[in-house]
Amino acid sequence: MSERESMEYDVVTVGAGPAGLAFAIRLKQVKPELRVCVIEKASTVGAQILSGAVIEPEPLNELLPEWGRNPPPICVPVTHDEFWWLRDKQRAWKLPTPPQMHNHGNFIVSLGALCAWLAPQAEALGVEIYPGFAAAEPLFDAEGAVCGVRIGDMGVARDGSHKPGYTQGIDIRAPLTVLAEGCRGHLSKRLIAKFALDRDCDPQTYGIGIKELWQLPAGRVAPGTVVHTIGWPLDPATYGGSFLYHLDRDRVAIGFVTGLDYEDPMLSPFEAFQQLKHHPRIRPLLEGGQIVSAGARAIVEGGYQSLPKCEMPGAILIGDAAGLLNVPKIKGTHQAIRSGMLAAEHVAATGRAEGWDARLRASRVVDELRKVRNIRPGFHRGLWLGLLNAGWETISAGHSPWTLKNRADHAALRRVDRFQPPLRDWVERTLPPRDRLAGVYFASTQHDEDQPVHLRVADTTVCLTRCAEEYRNPCTRFCPAGVYEIVGDGADRRLQINAANCVHCKTCDIKDPYQIIDWVTPEGGSGPNYQNL
Amino acid sequence: MKILVGYKRVVDFNVRIQVKPDGSGVATEGVKLSANPFDDIALEEALRLREKGVASEVVVVTIGPADAQAHLRNGLAMGANRAIHVVAPQAPQPLTAARVFLKLIEKEQPQLVILGKQAIDDDCNQTGQMLAALWNRPQATFASKVEIAGQVARVTREVDAGLETIEVDLPAVITTDLRLNEPRFIKLPDIMKAKSKPLETLDFAALGVESGDHLTTTRYAPPPKRSRGVMVKDAAELVAALKHRGLL
Repeated sequence: MSERESMEYDVVTVGAGPAGLAFAIRLKQVKPELRVCVIEKASTVGAQILSGAVIEPEPLNELLPEWGRNPPPICVPVTHDEFWWLRDKQRAWKLPTPPQMHNHGNFIVSLGALCAWLAPQAEALGVEIYPGFAAAEPLFDAEGAVCGVRIGDMGVARDGSHKPGYTQGIDIRAPLTVLAEGCRGHLSKRLIAKFALDRDCDPQTYGIGIKELWQLPAGRVAPGTVVHTIGWPLDPATYGGSFLYHLDRDRVAIGFVTGLDYEDPMLSPFEAFQQLKHHPRIRPLLEGGQIVSAGARAIVEGGYQSLPKCEMPGAILIGDAAGLLNVPKIKGTHQAIRSGMLAAEHVAATGRAEGWDARLRASRVVDELRKVRNIRPGFHRGLWLGLLNAGWETISAGHSPWTLKNRADHAALRRVDRFQPPLRDWVERTLPPRDRLAGVYFASTQHDEDQPVHLRVADTTVCLTRCAEEYRNPCTRFCPAGVYEIVGDGADRRLQINAANCVHCKTCDIKDPYQIIDWVTPEGGSGPNYQNL
Repeated sequence: MKILVGYKRVVDFNVRIQVKPDGSGVATEGVKLSANPFDDIALEEALRLREKGVASEVVVVTIGPADAQAHLRNGLAMGANRAIHVVAPQAPQPLTAARVFLKLIEKEQPQLVILGKQAIDDDCNQTGQMLAALWNRPQATFASKVEIAGQVARVTREVDAGLETIEVDLPAVITTDLRLNEPRFIKLPDIMKAKSKPLETLDFAALGVESGDHLTTTRYAPPPKRSRGVMVKDAAELVAALKHRGLL
């Protein structure tokens, strides 16, 4: 085999999301002589980014003071907030909007479009952005420090042999690697484990967000209206809720987040979202409309007490790779941008990873998380105690002398034989998509079928024995894209992994109760091709 | 030998096409654009001919808006020697495109022009044929195999009846079919190198090409939805249902 090619940079950034791009832009602003590149697994910047998203503009104002003159393609000022409790499949009560969810001065954007808009601005400053290349593995130097990333090979067949177009991935070497992969990044996961960065914090916790962008008949949409709901179709023991953002040009973004600490092994977050759309508060809005694009992505919910150490020899974590999302605000973009900028200033000043963790923790980014640290875990006792606790924590501004614990999501599932599932008064559905496969169609996801399966299950015998018995194969329900199926009868029964459907949400990697599913990068450029999500 | 390759930018084949709500066209905002797959095949074939020593230079050409430059850089990263960007407000119709290519042929004097058999956006399948006629040179369309020997190209074509092999004298126009080759992956260092390769920009208006855009599109609409099927219990019910509709 020929010698692997390599390229050298001062800094290599993994992930062209808001954190990685803000980092690269800021770094070039303060130290233009540094060579920085950004590696992105999606075929174009933004194609695999999915978020609500209502964003606070303040960090963007600091990063690009003139941004308002040439705003991103979807950017609607919030005019109005509503907060609803859906009591059941019929009734809904309007509640006062919690203070963290007041969005005056904020903007509804498509985070994918926003990143696609940021990328050329970064390139204009000299940042090299390489979409379509997956950072498959970290590289280590002789002392064991991270010294860059290896790009995944292209043209490898399912059985691992080389196809005619086989192209070996190159090594990108740099004294500093910035991990900006977003929630549950696969390199971040490996490096957090290798350097035991989570030794002194609680386990990270997550939610699964599923989103659709709809084009509606003219006249229904009130641009700038932001609606959040809690309650139905989830039971009070399950954390979650919906968002409905009215955009311009007769479009709405609708989505549903289910806390991945749910206990019911039979729950399907995808189905919960589809049910939500049929509530009488929402259904009339969507009826007759069309889905433009749809997808799913895990979000970080662990906050302050789950924040790992964000530095290791040769590398740092920023944005949601670290886990900086503010759950009560349901926002992470401002935190991602701010942490990226702060990291750039740290790197420009010191040129090293050391000191980044302390700097991040002393910043308003982590201060913001500390103040709301008890709100999300308060919902472990159900919706009502959770709301009461959230009220107290809000009034006391996080001054409670205690810090509630987070627990690992994969350990939260209850065994089917020891669990009485809640009664779900779910309705017959009529709105599209009919099922998960129909939904995947709107994600335009694409993987060459003849490549190694990028969802590695360490031991598939568990699936048919222990897992079938204890949890009835929850992977067949928690995956929003229908990747996992149990097929065949009797002796032919087996787990089938439809890896080509994967939308890279990472839910399986998180929620699988035995922690034997490992999400790794498929061939660069594979995966969903979202439009304005 | 110099090869000219047409390299059109289209909505990516993985993207679900959406018609704009007002029917004025196809939505392209926030949509991934990439090279027409047949053009990628055309470029790959040209590069292979160069690697075999048959050709010495490969020039990629696109006709389109100013922001299509990044797209041409991809062609350069794949391996083309240089690029020509004819800046036009939008992609022209086949006759205009063929006339533009004729102008470039006069300027560049290539021995071979390789185009995709059609672009996946308008599916016209006309530019190659029109160009051959305007240029008054042979054409070999729907190529699935190309061999060059001296001043002759031996081309295997995909036709309705199977495969047909023809020989054409160079210079000539070849249009590519899907099975001709499998385009290579772009390597990351080549993207960087492509940034310093020559990219010439020509203004469409300054070329002095008469527009052949004679077709006016009145309205775009998605295909009608298939109506819901009916489930029948058995053959008797099926026969009854067909009879009821007057189909039996």
